[in-house]
Amino acid sequence: MPEKESDHDTGEPVISIRDLKKSFEGNLVLDGINIDIFKGENIAVLGRSGSGKSVLIKIISGLIKPDSGIVKVLGQEIDKIGRKELQALRTKIGFSFQSSALYDSMSVRENLAFPLTRNKRDLSNSEIQLAIESVLGGVGLSESIDKMPDELSGGQKKRIGIARMLIMKPEIMLYDEPTAGLDPMTSVDINNLIVRVQQQYNATSVIITHDLTCAKTTADKVTVIEEGKFLEPGSFDEIFSRDNEITRSFHDYNFINK
Amino acid sequence: MEPHIENIPIRRYVLSKKADEFFTGIYNVYQFIILFFKEAFLSPFEWKEIINQCYYVGVRSLSLISLTGFITGVVFTKQSRPSLAEFGATSWLPSLISIAVIRALAPLVTALIAAGKIGSNMGAELGSMKVTEQIDAMEVSGTNPFKYLVVTRVIAITLMLPILVFYTGLIGMLGAYLNIHQNEHTSFVAFFHSAFNSISFLDINSSIIKAICYGFTVGIAGCYQGYYAKNGTRGVGMAANSAVVISMFMIFVEEMVIVQVINAIR
Ligand SMILES: Nc1ncnc2c1ncn2[C@@H]1O[C@H](COP(=O)(O)OP(=O)(O)O)[C@@H](O)[C@H]1O
Ligand SMILES: [Mg+2]
Repeated sequence: MPEKESDHDTGEPVISIRDLKKSFEGNLVLDGINIDIFKGENIAVLGRSGSGKSVLIKIISGLIKPDSGIVKVLGQEIDKIGRKELQALRTKIGFSFQSSALYDSMSVRENLAFPLTRNKRDLSNSEIQLAIESVLGGVGLSESIDKMPDELSGGQKKRIGIARMLIMKPEIMLYDEPTAGLDPMTSVDINNLIVRVQQQYNATSVIITHDLTCAKTTADKVTVIEEGKFLEPGSFDEIFSRDNEITRSFHDYNFINK
Repeated sequence: MEPHIENIPIRRYVLSKKADEFFTGIYNVYQFIILFFKEAFLSPFEWKEIINQCYYVGVRSLSLISLTGFITGVVFTKQSRPSLAEFGATSWLPSLISIAVIRALAPLVTALIAAGKIGSNMGAELGSMKVTEQIDAMEVSGTNPFKYLVVTRVIAITLMLPILVFYTGLIGMLGAYLNIHQNEHTSFVAFFHSAFNSISFLDINSSIIKAICYGFTVGIAGCYQGYYAKNGTRGVGMAANSAVVISMFMIFVEEMVIVQVINAIR
């Protein structure tokens, strides 16, 4: 495994979380999360089902409000800013949903056009079409441009979901379980796509997953969420060389299942 | 944890689980309506999507409304004829029918069909968008989903229902005319002359007001149920179902209230 070059500056972190807590109807999900993520970093968050991974990135993107703590994204406290600022900030955050979340009443072309036409109203139609074709080529699905989401396979939907995120050229990319529900071959394709995107866009990415292969290929830093808290982040090998029951059980789980 | 604390029954609900849910539900709908008015009058307006939705509302309900409107006119005429014939008053049929259709039947029939056809559609469509994270996706891509999905739909059906009621009324009258023409050989001109003579401005206005209320009700019920759907596909079905049940119930309640008010004015 070659070391990825880490080109992040040591300035202000892109995402900074302090003592984040969130519970749902008495069920404490996040219990004091702390992390700084710098520009260009690719961090994987591992954790078992129901450990609050999705809740965490939904808080980072402002979809869920935290109960307490500070969540700063690109220098702004995402849960405290007004609708207008939030909307502007969100054009810089890309979100790839676990379920892909393609608009199923729209074709692939319309799905990709949607964020552009809504946020960059000064773009001409030909500029939009050009952007769609280029980003679609980037994920290797040029021929699907006029298909409906129903006609795509799970892996293709994931790619289109990633393309829809890329079309805004976000500075931060959040991936919610990019390989969940995909066969191992398709998972490898998606992992490679994520790595390619990271190199091409030089963005910061947070990859939520419970798939160790995915974490190992796509991230240069790994952390584990357990009982609402993060374990000390480190490189993949570092994390899994620690004699820790949680990481060990994770390792065993992934080996038994693969 | 000290064991004796666990033994004390914790009173979690103000009344009971069901009653609490009912009242918080009403409060949530109230909040939803307030939010609707806030967003509806705040630019930027989603004109294009409103027009799209108006078109869908029209297209989705047109065939069913045409059929039921026509049948209502014919059947109501057929059923009324014997009682009027007893008094030798079949010449009153056109006035009777027009009053019944314009004042009561057209708004009610149209609204119920809209509830079944459009309200359920809104519940199911928004519900499935909700449970498949499409609404979240819209939100994170910098679009206000409440404005784009809910406000447009509620405005569309509120605008369209008066038009559809008017249309149902005309089709119903056409059905009545055909039946009367066949039996009493009344001419087209004579029929519509006596029909419209018995209709007042108040009748027309009250039907328009009813239609607006019913349209708004169906829109809010459908969108509310869909927008807050949960529990996967089962939730989508429930959203569509509750949208219809709640809007039909509310339509009857509103009908009763509006009729009382109109009669007081008359
Ligand atoms: N909107 C919500 N309302 C109530 N509970 C929620 C909500 N979202 C998540 N939860 C709960 O939070 C916990 C963590 O969920 P999630 O973040 O989706 O887990 P995962 O790590 O598998 O992504 C789960 O117990 C879930 O039931
Ligand atoms: Mg999840």
